[in-house]
Amino acid sequence: MIKISGLAKKFKVENPKKLSEQDKKDPRLEGRFFNSVKNVSLSCKQGEVLALLGPNGAGKTTTLRLLSTALQPNEGSIMIGDTDVINDPVAARKKIGFLSGSTGLYGRLTGRENIAYFGRLNGMTEAAINERINLLGETLDMLSFLDRRCETYSTGMKQKTSIARAVVHSPDVVVLDEPTTGLDIMAAKTVIDFIRDLKRQSVPVIFSTHHLEEVTELCDNVTVIDHGETTFDGTLDDFKALSDEGLHASFMASLKQGVA
Amino acid sequence: MWLIFKKELLELVRDRKTLFFMVALPIVVFPLLFGGVLYFTSQAMSDAQTKTLDFAIVGGQYAPELVAEFETVDNLSLQSLDNSIKSEDELKSVIKDGSLDFIIEIPDNFGPKIETSGQIVFKIYLNDAELNSVQSRLSEIIDTVEQEFQRAAFQRLGMDETQQKTLLDPMVIEKVNVADEREKVGAIIGGMIPYILFLLCLQGAMLPAADIGAGEKERGTLETLLLSPVSRTDIVMGKFFTIATAGAVSALVTVLSMAVWSIVLSQGMAINFVTDFMASIGLVDVFLVFLMLVPIVSMFAAVLLSLSIFARSYKEAQGYMTPLVFVVIVPVIIAAVPGIELKGVWAWVPLTNVALAIKELIKGTMDYLQLFAIFGSSVIIAGALIAFCVYWFKQEKVLFR
Repeated sequence: MIKISGLAKKFKVENPKKLSEQDKKDPRLEGRFFNSVKNVSLSCKQGEVLALLGPNGAGKTTTLRLLSTALQPNEGSIMIGDTDVINDPVAARKKIGFLSGSTGLYGRLTGRENIAYFGRLNGMTEAAINERINLLGETLDMLSFLDRRCETYSTGMKQKTSIARAVVHSPDVVVLDEPTTGLDIMAAKTVIDFIRDLKRQSVPVIFSTHHLEEVTELCDNVTVIDHGETTFDGTLDDFKALSDEGLHASFMASLKQGVA
Repeated sequence: MWLIFKKELLELVRDRKTLFFMVALPIVVFPLLFGGVLYFTSQAMSDAQTKTLDFAIVGGQYAPELVAEFETVDNLSLQSLDNSIKSEDELKSVIKDGSLDFIIEIPDNFGPKIETSGQIVFKIYLNDAELNSVQSRLSEIIDTVEQEFQRAAFQRLGMDETQQKTLLDPMVIEKVNVADEREKVGAIIGGMIPYILFLLCLQGAMLPAADIGAGEKERGTLETLLLSPVSRTDIVMGKFFTIATAGAVSALVTVLSMAVWSIVLSQGMAINFVTDFMASIGLVDVFLVFLMLVPIVSMFAAVLLSLSIFARSYKEAQGYMTPLVFVVIVPVIIAAVPGIELKGVWAWVPLTNVALAIKELIKGTMDYLQLFAIFGSSVIIAGALIAFCVYWFKQEKVLFR
């Protein structure tokens, strides 16, 4: 169970004069501060998959970074189960598996070493790590290349290794930031299968995306963010009901809803 | 922390490029390069000294005994010269067209009665741009004759040995050097050693630093590392120790390889001198030299890591680090300047004071009490830099630029 409420994060603008005309028009700009995320709330129960939608620059990545403790919020609260993410980030990190389209691997280490390294960082025992790697290797079908250096991997192999790395410590919640962006169809399918698998194990998943077909395929809940504020938070069916003309129209409607 | 340190080291060792710069370059490439240069220059020198030179004599009739002497010298072959060639320009052109290596012109006042003849000037026409050691070969012969004539002339003037000696060199400066051998050599080498050590530490730490900070950012692994349940202080310290180790190892490896190779190359020749000098320094001082390097390496590692984390990419990191070399060179060069001693202001300039202390240690004139102060202040600076690095690493604007 993940609950985010009233989340806000502002960044200091080093040089306001350098901003482009378009940036200056953004309502989130307040003097020397840019309120990247102003008021985001969402919740995701056990076994649910939540999609985070929103235009580019809406604050999706910032929200997910706040959730994954890479950034510290200025306001609001984040709870994973009964762990307060903001007050106890180190404990919270043990419960989160994070993966984004841009996260990489250590090229000079083998896949197995990469995964094991994060297992160790999470305080797992060697035996537990080995067991987990073998299990993940089988489910993701990656035993054949696990002992080669990552720099020789194809995109798909890399993505599988990244996935295994993200969940090696059996996290309570998995956070994915645009996990399929920039991937070929095969690699993207690996990610989608992986999300479905997590859902089957009733691990909650929060992911941001621009692909609406992924949303229909996987999600139970949808949250839409625009200009740093939640403009829609509800079930997939509610989201679909926003418009009769398909998901894209629903998305547009959800944005307008927030403005109104 | 040690987990991160271990992994970073493993990755470093697997990186051929960095390893090449850290190990192969100092151990194999540099000595080969220096050795090669040394070999070829000495080869060229000995070639020049043993090559047979063609020469001719003008005015040989004034000094037949000298001509005979010249003829007996190996590697000099006397050629006859066309009698029509007389003027200076003609002589010059003979040398220029390369048919002769040099021409010696014996003046008409040549003779043993030097007290009346006036100064005897030999003119040598040669192309001095070439390496041929003509002068040294000729002066061997001429000096002997000169001394003979001198002695005979003095005898004719009725002077004894002491008078002769005094007359030839009436005033002499005699140095009484109170510096022992170690201090003398130490003053020369002592300025160079910190310079080499500092730069090696910096160079050796640079590539790993760029890789460990900006490189991770670029590859997208930093984000995952930040999200692991390890405190950021531990992450920084793990990375810091890796960089410091790399710097220290690279410096040590280079110094050792230089020592080994110089012993190999100088076989027998200067080896006694080198070993004597090394032995005179003593283990305690050598240990202290390396101990002084610890805060220095720490400073470098902390600064490099801070720069590296700040940079967005590997390339940017290298751009930031290059000027650092100059920042380091200046205070160390100051320490190498003769006359600058570990006194007054200089004892308080960071880097310079350590460089000076190393110099003093090598010279054997170190005031050990001062060493504590310098070591202490360097440790404090290094600690402050590390603290800054940790603080820096916790800044969101630095990590997510």
